Amino acid sequence: MTITDATPSSAPTSRPGTVGAGAPGSVLASTLRRRRRRADGDYPERGALSSSDWRRRPVKYTWRSLHFILLVLLMMWCLGPLLLLAKFAFTPTQDILAQPLAVFPSGATLHNIEQAWTRYHIDRYFMNTVWVALGSWFTQIAVATTGGFVLSVLRPRWSRALNWAVLATLFVPAVVLLVPLYRIIVDPPIGPSLINNYLAVWLPAGATAFNVVLVARFFDSLPREIFEAAQIDGAGAYRLFWSIVLPMSRPIIGVVSVFAVIASWKDFLWPFLVLKSDSVKPLSVHLQSMANVDKGTLMAALAISTVIPIVMFLVFQRMFLRGAGLGGAVKG
Amino acid sequence: MGTDNVAALGRRPRTDGGRASAPSRRTPMTWARHGGLTAVVFALPLLVIFGVFSWWPIVSAVIMSFQETNLTDAPTWVGLDNFVAVIEDPLMPQVIRNTAWFALLALVFGYPVPLIGAVLMSELRRRKGLYSVLAYLPVVVPPVVAVLLWKFFYDPRPEGVFNTVLAWFGLGPFPWLSNATWAMPSLVLEATWAAAGATVIIYLAALVSVPAELYDAAEVDGASVLRKVWHVTMPQLRGVLLITLILQIIGTVQVFLEPFLFTNGGPNHATETVMLHVYNLAFASLGNNFGQATALSLMLAVSLAVLSLVYFRATRSWSQS
Repeated sequence: MTITDATPSSAPTSRPGTVGAGAPGSVLASTLRRRRRRADGDYPERGALSSSDWRRRPVKYTWRSLHFILLVLLMMWCLGPLLLLAKFAFTPTQDILAQPLAVFPSGATLHNIEQAWTRYHIDRYFMNTVWVALGSWFTQIAVATTGGFVLSVLRPRWSRALNWAVLATLFVPAVVLLVPLYRIIVDPPIGPSLINNYLAVWLPAGATAFNVVLVARFFDSLPREIFEAAQIDGAGAYRLFWSIVLPMSRPIIGVVSVFAVIASWKDFLWPFLVLKSDSVKPLSVHLQSMANVDKGTLMAALAISTVIPIVMFLVFQRMFLRGAGLGGAVKG
Repeated sequence: MGTDNVAALGRRPRTDGGRASAPSRRTPMTWARHGGLTAVVFALPLLVIFGVFSWWPIVSAVIMSFQETNLTDAPTWVGLDNFVAVIEDPLMPQVIRNTAWFALLALVFGYPVPLIGAVLMSELRRRKGLYSVLAYLPVVVPPVVAVLLWKFFYDPRPEGVFNTVLAWFGLGPFPWLSNATWAMPSLVLEATWAAAGATVIIYLAALVSVPAELYDAAEVDGASVLRKVWHVTMPQLRGVLLITLILQIIGTVQVFLEPFLFTNGGPNHATETVMLHVYNLAFASLGNNFGQATALSLMLAVSLAVLSLVYFRATRSWSQS
């Protein structure tokens, strides 16, 4: 809520370039503003069904039952497997194998969790994942905010070319980068090989064009008058960045942060290639090597790895869902 | 984006602010004093990170595809040999077929369902949040966790999770991953589970921005609910639908995790996709064949670019209503 309130309650951007329908910037800004608008209630949001439709019995009952069926399906399809996983984590292995759907046929146990924790050292890989996520978050935020500041606020003569160079990378599929990026990590321009060094994941994570675009679009929607006022008061570019632009961009930094943390938590192939040793391996890579251990222990390890992202999602759900919608808005 | 009203930010207010007169007096010193250097300093993180980890790898991918290299010794130029090797690779026809089959199945399983779900959800007057959270839940599950969990669900024994459930309806037991015909649909089912929620949220965001006036107008004309959905909602979603379709194809053609972790390409190469083949060429079973792996990944990227170009050409008139 504080996040939404921190959204600059500025008038919609008056710059002609971004107002046109379908311009990603305006969609972005309006998506971020949407909650305010709803709270203000100046225009009721509605779907295809009008209030009078809802008052008609056949319509009402059809849609009510459709919604109920949808809820049941969502529960079974989306929540079901996760509940099952949670149950497996506390079920003895022989029960998991013999009657996977029975609810604790011979009692619950903490043995699996214990095994995962003590014998397979989930805690260590858990901390590795946290480090991977933190570092990737930092580079992504640093690159996206400073880059966005150049592209949207400072706008030197070469910013147009820079903008294109960043946008162009959006169109290069990740598969192309796999081998050349690996070569750079094995044999970087300066220093020794970065294999088994967190930097091998942290640094490439910063080269995410999507973040830069998202942040630059957001900066575009900030009112220019404030920047000008700050300059008249004698603020230089650094002051403008630290004291004006960054504090005003909390909503978008939140969205990018959530994306960054979740992405590094989910990433597999790249860390699998460059973070191989036990001291740096994140959870996702370690789980893959655990695929053939005792089922109960594996299920406990899987459950432990899922808890943090799920909790993060439930706590920051509004930011997540808004961010996911923004993804569509920018891609559109 | 218009750069026409460039404010002279980052420059001192006492300068004339216009750039019209600048070129004639532009020397490195004045440029630096007027804040040109500041912009470079701020652009530095982006320039370095993108330069080393994005722009240079893209260029070097093209170079590497014409070289033979083991990443340690100096590479040798081999001309088009890598591309010829890719084309003559006996596995290639099957790899391409598998990838296309995965993408097609993913489209059939995964394209209509989120749309129907999102349209239904957008009519909710209460608890929309609950539905969205439920739909998005699988998206936040780490993919490795999802695959390993589903691998257990696909246990081919009659006691397997899915076989138990299907047995309630008198179906099965099915071989799932251990059978060449069944393996691919099983992979797609899990991939759909993991990805559909994100699409639902994108559609929901698009549905909220359908102007209410359009529905009001349709009601004045006496349109029924279904007609409103078909003639107002769907056309308004057209742009988003077109984009998600091509993005989904681009994404699914590059599938790696599911074939790698579920079956490692088996049984009998039935689930070996292009991306997995690239991985195998460079890092695994076929090993150290970096040139050929890069050539194959470039060919995949170019085909995807051509596909999207054709796609946008073909749908251009349709997407701008």
